[in-house]
Amino acid sequence: MADDATNLPTALEDEKRTFTINFGPQHPAAHGVLRLVLELDGEVVERVDPHIGLLHRGTEKLIEYKTYLQAIPYFDRLDYVAPMNQEHAFCLAIEKMLGIEVPRRASIIRVLFSEIGRILNHLLNVTTQAMDVGALTPPLWGFEEREKLMIFYERASGARLHANYVRPGGVHQDLTPQLVADIAKWAEQFPKALDDIESLLTGNRIFKQRNVDIGVVSAEDAYAWGFSGVMVRGSGLAWDLRRSQPYEIYNELKFRIPVGKNGDCYDRYLCRMDEMRESNEIIKQCCALLATTPGPVMPERSKVAPPRRGEMKNSMEALIHHFKLYTEGFHVGPGEVYACVEAPKGEFGVYLVADGTNRPYRLKIKAPGFPHLQAMDYLCKGHMLADVSAVLGSLDIVFGEIDR
Amino acid sequence: MTDTVKPLTPLEELAMHVTGAMPGAVDNTVIAFDELTLEAKADQIIPLLIFLRDDPRCLFTTLVDLCGVDYPERAQRFDVVYHLLSMRRNKRIRIKIRTDENTPVPSVISVYPAADWNEREAFDMYGIQFAGHPDLRRILTDYGFQGFPLRKEFPLTGHVEVRYDPEQQRVVYEPVKLPQAFRNFDFLSPWEGMNEILPGDEKAKG
Repeated sequence: MADDATNLPTALEDEKRTFTINFGPQHPAAHGVLRLVLELDGEVVERVDPHIGLLHRGTEKLIEYKTYLQAIPYFDRLDYVAPMNQEHAFCLAIEKMLGIEVPRRASIIRVLFSEIGRILNHLLNVTTQAMDVGALTPPLWGFEEREKLMIFYERASGARLHANYVRPGGVHQDLTPQLVADIAKWAEQFPKALDDIESLLTGNRIFKQRNVDIGVVSAEDAYAWGFSGVMVRGSGLAWDLRRSQPYEIYNELKFRIPVGKNGDCYDRYLCRMDEMRESNEIIKQCCALLATTPGPVMPERSKVAPPRRGEMKNSMEALIHHFKLYTEGFHVGPGEVYACVEAPKGEFGVYLVADGTNRPYRLKIKAPGFPHLQAMDYLCKGHMLADVSAVLGSLDIVFGEIDR
Repeated sequence: MTDTVKPLTPLEELAMHVTGAMPGAVDNTVIAFDELTLEAKADQIIPLLIFLRDDPRCLFTTLVDLCGVDYPERAQRFDVVYHLLSMRRNKRIRIKIRTDENTPVPSVISVYPAADWNEREAFDMYGIQFAGHPDLRRILTDYGFQGFPLRKEFPLTGHVEVRYDPEQQRVVYEPVKLPQAFRNFDFLSPWEGMNEILPGDEKAKG
């Protein structure tokens, strides 16, 4: 392994002596498998060189060899903190190209689980960021709520993490009324749990000392570095795809877009806390809508949706359709589309080039964390070594999506 | 015959505006699926992006994504695709340029600093050269990796596999050994759109 951390410049060669240290890939504050090569002047960071790709699995290459339905599970494994949001973007791309109309009930379910995903993500990020700067209790309290949400994932899709639930045209299965009622009940008690976490952090002197005025992003920086999501909203730009380029039923829902003022780590933390409260409101609205909106969750008589099991027992055509759908799959294209969603970390996009066969010709995944991590060097320059982990925490990095 | 002049859609207007202001930079404009694609000349990409970023009607200040696409059957086999977003105008645009294995395309880091890692990734995955990139290293693949994995001719299984060798007490790289040959099923249906004539088909007509 070529290791540039070993070539330490000696004091004789260099008048200003800089240390090169290696941060990660096993460091607990590296949020996965990040290796940072830091050049330090004393304790001040001069240069950050992130080495990524330690979790590279070749997702884009693999997807070129899979049918569209087989490709969906790969999206769960990108940002494994909020899996369904990624599937959603891929399905939106397919639907855009095929012109499929999603049934209303499926739309509501997708929004419901997108927001559950957002809370899952923010709970993990906020609390582990707190852990990076020294707090131990917030992760324990946050993970309790995450656990409850994962059980909702499991009850909807059968899997706690890798759901494979959002499908082109709708969602895989309908939710039971009991599950919708349980989610609504959970949403009633969640603000209390959030208040508890907030009482540990928001006014906490140490937390503020570590985060206020650290990693400041101006609006111009946010444009230049291609930021999205909380990274632009923390800097005072009210940009949210759910509002500005609405998809599914977001334009019918009432929610606010929390916006920061100073663009530092603390403001991004506040944005995430507020976003969780807004997501909770959306979840309540979706539960109410689901109670009054019966109907199918997949388009009827569509080439992309499997036939009903009962139909298959009586109809030869339905049986053939089922067999063809799960072996050959459906054909998409030719053409190219870009579809994106406001994932918890920012804009998650899928650029799909289809050639009219049953497999994607090229699929580029635009992960929100990729440009964020790229700006590490810019954000950390001139900060102290201890601030690196605070900045890294507030960037909200998950390596599944960055390394792909 | 009366010519009814249809009002231009916003995307058509934008396409006209850009092609009018940058003559010679854009070869073709395509509007499909509510998305505007400009096919541009590779050597004009920097002035074109500067125009798109700074023009008050465009203001595409965010580079969302930059990636390569491989078409091995073409002489200029690679597309380099830029996705831009204007948060202020709430618009998106896609720009495509073409290149081959040996011709570098201009690096756009001077216009969008965010292009840095994306260009490294395109280099890593396809071997597309970016002229003027300050640090064109591999980014996602392993240290010392050979080849360009997203090219169509690169095998899905790769060329080397890696394991820890307890005897040598280090990680060793070995050529890929597959216990079972790689299976790539072709499910493309012969039932739809088949034009081959099977023996005996001629009898059906007679």
